[in-house]
Amino acid sequence: MKLKILLFGIARDIVGGAKYDLEMPVGASVADLKVTLENRFPSFRELTSLMVAVNSEYGDGLQELKENDEIAIIPPVSGG
Amino acid sequence: MIKIEDKPLNVQEALDYVTVSKAGAVNSFIGTVRDHNKGKRVVRLEYEAYEKMAISEIEKIVSRAREQWPVEKVAVVHRTGILGPKDIAVIIAVSTPHRKASFEACEFIIDTLKETAPIWKKEIYEDGEEWISAHP
Repeated sequence: MKLKILLFGIARDIVGGAKYDLEMPVGASVADLKVTLENRFPSFRELTSLMVAVNSEYGDGLQELKENDEIAIIPPVSGG
Repeated sequence: MIKIEDKPLNVQEALDYVTVSKAGAVNSFIGTVRDHNKGKRVVRLEYEAYEKMAISEIEKIVSRAREQWPVEKVAVVHRTGILGPKDIAVIIAVSTPHRKASFEACEFIIDTLKETAPIWKKEIYEDGEEWISAHP
């Protein structure tokens, strides 16, 4: 399945764009996505934390991803 | 009132929004841009937000505040884009019947926003730049 991923902050700098399409096996989880991204872009491993939002909610590692989900990579936040 | 705005923020608008006759206390926090950080001179800040999710996360924070304190009205406004020293980055305004709850709810909202709202700040120095909190 093809996942469309939104990138913000330092994640956008690491990947080199605000959007990234990624082919993942059906049934892939949030944790699988993180591992795939970390392997492809090792700089992700240097961050304080790395979260994944699925349809505007923080996802936990076991959560399964679906092709039409709105997926966003959430590097450490620093608002306020 | 929860807003993410890419133009200068209006403090009076937020205060007016939360000022209601049932409340005897209005408390506000205004976060502004400092011209230095960790010994470096900050030239400007760039804020970006995952807007849709930032709004929904802030809505959750406001709901949690309402569970703990008798909050009448809340305004949370966060700026995005390019800001210079002294510019306002965030406004929290809370009204409650009495003052103690207004201080506590306001502090809770800004503290939790900094932990969970998907908003990012990049500091630009004279000789470089850094996404804040990104690295240990």
